[in-house]
Amino acid sequence: MTHLPTTRRAAILAMIAAAHAAVAAQAAPAQLVSTLPGDSVYRLSPRIVDQDGRAVTLGALRGAPLIVSMFYSSCDMVCPLIFETIKQTRMALPPEKRDRVNVLMISFDPERDTVAQLKETAAAHGCDSHWTLVRASDADVRQIAAVLGVQYRRLPSGAFNHSSAILLLDKDGRIAARTGKLGEVDPQFVDALARLA
Amino acid sequence: MRVRDVLTGLLLAAVGLARAGDYAALPGGRFESVLPQGDQPGVSVPVTLAPFELRRTPVSVSEFLAFVRAHPEWQRGMAPAVFADARYLANWSAPLEPPAGAGALQRPVVDVSWFAARAFCESEDARLPTWLEWEYAAAADESRTDARADPAWRRRILAWYERPAGAALPPVGGPANAYGVRDLQGLVWEWVDDFNALFIAGDSRTQGDPDLLKFCGAGAISIIDRDSYAVLMRVAFLSSLNAADTTSSLGFRCARSLPGASR
Repeated sequence: MTHLPTTRRAAILAMIAAAHAAVAAQAAPAQLVSTLPGDSVYRLSPRIVDQDGRAVTLGALRGAPLIVSMFYSSCDMVCPLIFETIKQTRMALPPEKRDRVNVLMISFDPERDTVAQLKETAAAHGCDSHWTLVRASDADVRQIAAVLGVQYRRLPSGAFNHSSAILLLDKDGRIAARTGKLGEVDPQFVDALARLA
Repeated sequence: MRVRDVLTGLLLAAVGLARAGDYAALPGGRFESVLPQGDQPGVSVPVTLAPFELRRTPVSVSEFLAFVRAHPEWQRGMAPAVFADARYLANWSAPLEPPAGAGALQRPVVDVSWFAARAFCESEDARLPTWLEWEYAAAADESRTDARADPAWRRRILAWYERPAGAALPPVGGPANAYGVRDLQGLVWEWVDDFNALFIAGDSRTQGDPDLLKFCGAGAISIIDRDSYAVLMRVAFLSSLNAADTTSSLGFRCARSLPGASR
């Protein structure tokens, strides 16, 4: 009995959706997206918020090389090491190049990494203005990790198991280098960074 | 001309959605995964799954065709490389021409990336199932909701792996399991939403190359039930994938959370 209305409702919804799609398809090819390379991570448009509570778009990071990694604040083992390794990596650059490099840190843990917590974490690790720490919904974090090739899962205790990759994106968001080395600077990664900076 | 095209598109989309996947309701409840879910490696901790809905069959070629018609950005050649690799829908002769032949449209769609699968599910107000939801649904045979302890059932699943690679895939719509869900075993591998949570090795505290650790013996120790080869093969396969990857034996189905239920 409830069959007919449901089907009709679906059909109406479909028409609305299709009409939307038709309009979007005409208006869409936003200049930014159309000029991005096909393999750019910036094609992803997650809703992310930084340590100052500002909404950030990945596309806004375009134009400079970017070091990207993922972390969670309550992690006391690997994550501090990731921050430290990235700092050392930037320091390994000639001084005039250091400031051309930005850093994006994405939290696995939107539940506990609130904006205030992100700010605290940034301060605790002495992150300068080139660092952006962000949080996103679970679904968006899953997508960001997927596009970066980072694996993670939440444990019942609230901790996370994760692979610890540090990635380098070029000015258009293409993955240019990746390292799993922690606690010491990966010379190949620094070389790649120096070429882009 | 243009108006007619739009009207035709609207009609196609409407028909497509009205027919959109048929879902079975699964009760959820306590479930013991083959993969350890607790904090301690190797120690089994049952989880509680919220009730959810699962597509009765994997997404077919014809359903995916309707999707790419309505969403041109997912047609082959349009989807950017970061979301779908170079062999995305490679066996289609053109972006809107899937393989021809008797019954070809009813085969499960394959050669689709995780991003494409996700976008399809969103288009019917759904999502990809989590690994636990998939594993839970796939534990059932035709009459029991958990047939995993039955050696005969295990043998039947494993027999699938003996089918020669390259043989044409059967159509979707095999026998229904106890939940009314079909083809979970024996047809194609299937994407899950959290495919990138399925690494078997410990964690990043185990220093070293994570790619090497993925399948190492030490990691395998933490698997609860080492007799569940068929499920473990899936886990190993899924954990080897990147989100843009496509393969000729990898398809998907969608799931839905029930209102008010948390995942």
